[in-house]
Amino acid sequence: MIPFIKKRPPFSLKRQPGFGLIAGLCFVMLYAPIITLVVYSFNAGKYISPWEGFSLQWYVAAWGNEAVQDATMRSLFLAVQAGIYSTVLATMAALGTTRTRPFRGLMAIYAMINQPLMVPEIVTAVALLILFAMIKSLTGIQGMFYLVIAHTAFCIPFAYLPIRARLEGMDLNLETAAADLYATPWKTFWRVTLPLLFPGIIAGSMLAFVISLDDVVITEFIKSSGQETLPTYMLGQLRRVVTPEINAISTVLLGLSISVVCLLFFVERRSRK
Amino acid sequence: MVEKQGTGQANTEAPLPAAIYAERVTKAFGEGKKKVLALDDVSLTIEENEFFTLLGPSGCGKTTLLRLIAGFDQPTAGAIMLRDRDISQLPPNQRSVNTVFQDYALFPHMTVAKNISFGLEMLGKPKDYIKKTVGDMLALVKMEELRDRRTDQLSGGQQQRVALARALAPRPQVLLLDEPLSALDYKLRKEMQIELKQLQLETGITFIFVTHDQEEALTMSDRIAVMNAGRILQIGTPRQIYNQPADRFVASFIGRSNFISVEVLSVEGRRARLKLSSGREVISPLPDNWVPRGRVTAVVRPEYAQLVAGSGDEGDLQGVLENIVYLGTDTQYHIRLPDETTFVTRSQNQCQETEAFEDGQSVSVVFKPEAVQVLRS
Repeated sequence: MIPFIKKRPPFSLKRQPGFGLIAGLCFVMLYAPIITLVVYSFNAGKYISPWEGFSLQWYVAAWGNEAVQDATMRSLFLAVQAGIYSTVLATMAALGTTRTRPFRGLMAIYAMINQPLMVPEIVTAVALLILFAMIKSLTGIQGMFYLVIAHTAFCIPFAYLPIRARLEGMDLNLETAAADLYATPWKTFWRVTLPLLFPGIIAGSMLAFVISLDDVVITEFIKSSGQETLPTYMLGQLRRVVTPEINAISTVLLGLSISVVCLLFFVERRSRK
Repeated sequence: MVEKQGTGQANTEAPLPAAIYAERVTKAFGEGKKKVLALDDVSLTIEENEFFTLLGPSGCGKTTLLRLIAGFDQPTAGAIMLRDRDISQLPPNQRSVNTVFQDYALFPHMTVAKNISFGLEMLGKPKDYIKKTVGDMLALVKMEELRDRRTDQLSGGQQQRVALARALAPRPQVLLLDEPLSALDYKLRKEMQIELKQLQLETGITFIFVTHDQEEALTMSDRIAVMNAGRILQIGTPRQIYNQPADRFVASFIGRSNFISVEVLSVEGRRARLKLSSGREVISPLPDNWVPRGRVTAVVRPEYAQLVAGSGDEGDLQGVLENIVYLGTDTQYHIRLPDETTFVTRSQNQCQETEAFEDGQSVSVVFKPEAVQVLRS
């Protein structure tokens, strides 16, 4: 006779007591504020709370607000430029760090490229403020490009990481095969490496775009007067009076971010098929 | 980008230069104490239109040699000539040599047809020519219906065909195949072996095939180079390699072998008179003018020896039958010799046959003529 052995289920985190509760709490903490924000953007009242009925008036107000329009255009202009420049630079950096023989100091270069992820943003902000002030006083040149340079710089690691991951996951034999089939190094890059890298580039540039769009600290420090971006404008508004207009703008920004993330996910899935 | 296109046609007027001539090629990886010689002073001539196989265990240097011919690595010393032209320092895109990779390395972002046309496009061939050649290649590997498929939607065997067509389309002077059949299952591999040989005959392109599978090498090759530890041990036709192995490694790597100790009595021309451990004398052919002396090792293939019952004087070796292994097509007999070594014979099975021998029986082994082959080392 075979003795009956009670089968014990394998260890699973899901079965631990309190798992559901903790998970639920985490989700509430993550999403309750956002839901509140979105709900109150439709508040008819003049103040953020209490609820005084449904209305789209704050969306209309924000849409018609010239300062908001101005800041939005500037934010988009800045994010698009920073996104493009940082992606190009990050692509070159990723090629340089994955398509060469490992060399001395490669780890140091990784660290240097990823510096903005590790150095507190406030430090970068102050440093840039001082540097740009010196350049401005020396040359007298003013303009948006200080912001563009700053945003490009701190967006690089966000663009670099997905691009490098994609390059490292790529079958090196494909480039060898292209060379074997008479492709020059340049043709190999255009016909094989770049098309296969494209999903990584899209992911990297989207991430850079969102990061730039969202930045407050560095922008707040180095912007000149009249260079409000949407986040710094909102911060400025909060100091004076808080109206649901802020909620409305935030909700639109949230929508934009979600669309970008969805697009990113879609591109990723298609490239994996 | 000049001179890259092979004509592929045999020139009947003058003798052709060798397709590939490797002269004292050495390839070292690493430096100082960690230095490893992947290829150690290898010289080799591969003729035009040949199906040539580099055979050896993994790490023997066969893939390294292939990569040097393709241009993916440069030799540390020595030269590689492609039809009398030194190509050792040329990048891969300037050599009229194409490769079928072990994992195929098909471009996943291109269709089957685009994969095949890639090499032709890079060579700057006219559009009509590319279209026609791609059509021809698809027909050659029987893949016409799948021309617009993406390559990741193909089975292993289909990918294999696309990889072949892609490498053949630019009509290289030499086609390199790096264990291309190893990812396929047994039955498909057998079919592809025949097809590859057929393809080589049809296209008239020199094939250099790398494998560790001795059976594959014997089936397809015109000539085989057996390699071990960065050196070539023997080059010859499959028959030469099997019947007259140069040394113990070649004999044991290809097919089953019995190694016996023999004494050389005399050498006349290219024949040696040998004395076996049983005292019997046999005549052994020698491959060249080499003169063996004293006690040497000889090899006897299991199927070149026959088993007879009884320990009479007519046998070349006497022993006790220890084990009978029935293999369907043939039967193996393991015989324990007086010196406690095991000797294996193999005989083809007949239909309606009952086993004529039994374990523990005293038996004799009779060698077929020229079955005993003296080894150099």
